[in-house]
Amino acid sequence: MSEHAIEAVGLRRTYRSRTGWLRPQRREVQAVRGVDLTVGNGELFGLLGPNGAGKTTTIKLLNTLLIPTAGEARICGFDVVRQTREVRRRIGYVFGGDRGLYDRLSARDNLRYFAELYGVPGREQKRRIAELFELVRLTGRENDRVEGYSRGMRQRLHIARGLLHRPRVLFLDEPSIGVDPVAARELRQTVADLAATGTTVLLTTHYMAEADELCGRIAVIANGAIQALGTPAELRHHADGRQVLEVEAYGVSDAQLALIHALPGVREASVVVTGAAQVLTVQSDAGVDVQADVLRALDGVRLGRVTARRPTLEDAYVAIVNRVDAQARPAEAVGV
Amino acid sequence: MIAVGALLHAKQLSRSPFEIATALIVPVVQATLAVYLFRAGGEPGRLLEAAVGAGLMGIWSSVLFGSGGAIQNQRWQGTLEMIMLAPRPPALVVLPITLATALTGTYAMLATLAWGRLLYGIPLTFADPLAFAVAVPGCIISLGMFGLLLASTFVLLRNANALTNTMEYPIWLVSGMLIPITALPGWTGPIGAVLPTTWGARAVREAATGSGPVWPSLGICLAISVACLALGALMMTHVERRARAAATLALA
Ligand SMILES: Nc1ncnc2c1ncn2[C@@H]1O[C@H](COP(=O)(O)OP(=O)(O)O)[C@@H](O)[C@H]1O
Ligand SMILES: [Mg+2]
Repeated sequence: MSEHAIEAVGLRRTYRSRTGWLRPQRREVQAVRGVDLTVGNGELFGLLGPNGAGKTTTIKLLNTLLIPTAGEARICGFDVVRQTREVRRRIGYVFGGDRGLYDRLSARDNLRYFAELYGVPGREQKRRIAELFELVRLTGRENDRVEGYSRGMRQRLHIARGLLHRPRVLFLDEPSIGVDPVAARELRQTVADLAATGTTVLLTTHYMAEADELCGRIAVIANGAIQALGTPAELRHHADGRQVLEVEAYGVSDAQLALIHALPGVREASVVVTGAAQVLTVQSDAGVDVQADVLRALDGVRLGRVTARRPTLEDAYVAIVNRVDAQARPAEAVGV
Repeated sequence: MIAVGALLHAKQLSRSPFEIATALIVPVVQATLAVYLFRAGGEPGRLLEAAVGAGLMGIWSSVLFGSGGAIQNQRWQGTLEMIMLAPRPPALVVLPITLATALTGTYAMLATLAWGRLLYGIPLTFADPLAFAVAVPGCIISLGMFGLLLASTFVLLRNANALTNTMEYPIWLVSGMLIPITALPGWTGPIGAVLPTTWGARAVREAATGSGPVWPSLGICLAISVACLALGALMMTHVERRARAAATLALA
């Protein structure tokens, strides 16, 4: 038995695509640019990053759906390119969204089919399927067609499907996407239960809070490369020496935001819309009091509550990801 | 595993409203087409042959659109990645799907015969009912295996639909499903001879009309199909790797 569940060295993947028939344009996207990763047995590991960061591509390189352009990866000691079948026997893959199930079949038929496909022995199937319906709390709805399922129920069925063959390593790609908050909480509970039974889980998400709650270690990925890696507590240090100002506002313009960004001592500034209000978050060096300057820049805008607070993990994440954005991005498309 | 897979896929296919509508209308059209073609040809005695031919066309259409469409559908549903991830040879994963399409196609054969009887009073007297009862499933299984070869192209190509559309009618013709092969230009002969559809159609027709020995034709049909299966399996393994390199298993 290998001591690591997942090992990746220098993993890269470039997508090549052609568009147009008459004047073919070749496009190259470097989705993953050199990822090194080691995940121990039984770990619950988070891959956190904004959309397009390369999370899904990384997962597909590890679960044998894609062949890397360069680099190597092993799952439980088996090479993902050469020992595909050994790897597949040991992994489960679950992705978020509505797709990936047979809608016109019942939940039970879906599981039966995949149990056959994934080689669960016939005499064990019935028990295993009942057990999984129990685990994902779908008992009682087994014989309903999947087309009548809610988003959250589908996602739980998806997880049951991924667990049929008792995989050692489970890949969860944004499982909570589009799931309502209550269902998302249940989902997190299911994932936590799983990890408690010793299954290694690689979870991708773009919700900081989800990663913080579930994962022992987190890798922040942006622009196809890992930007920071560590426990939630360690990642929080990336915001050390900073303080955060939160201002509730109504109608902050882009120009004003740019102005605030340029103020001395200000490191990050972003606006999130919550209902009718905006929340302006400003990260600044701890030694500099920027509050007066910020409020002056917001002259004429109706303001709500103003709060100064210590940085959270979320702020650390923003700091890490924005650091990457600030660097000049290498050209992505090459015309031929 | 193949049986369970084929059954469940047939279930999934047969519950699609589009498939149901097609399955209701197409046999009527085909039965009518067959009847008029043969009436115009002044051979009313061969109506049964016509109806059987039309039914075979239905099975072929189902396999062709099925094996292509099924792969395409799986891509849309996001299930293509999930089934390809199974620790199995990819051919074994796809074969149940193509078998399922042939299975649902059988319905087209039965429906065409039923409509022919109902609307046009075609007598359903088979020269050799037993042979007919064996030849039809034999033909279905072999078409399912042939479908695997087709399906391998669909796993790789993201828009293989154009290919399906161009393959429906030529194969009807060349295999002599509707028009006797002897009525076709000579150069089509060799093409027809290597297609399992030709031999399958011939076996089914012979069983229905008693125009010749059934078993040799059925044997050749199955032999060619097994060869297709072997070739398809090789192709599938190769194609699966290519698809992983080219990232065509998913939509985007
Ligand atoms: N099949 C594909 N062909 C071309 N580009 C792709 C393909 N899949 C993903 N990409 C691109 O690769 C980058 C990373 O995508 P992805 O791994 O899906 O990111 P994430 O899952 O973190 O949102 C994006 O820029 C995306 O547009
Ligand atoms: Mg993704």
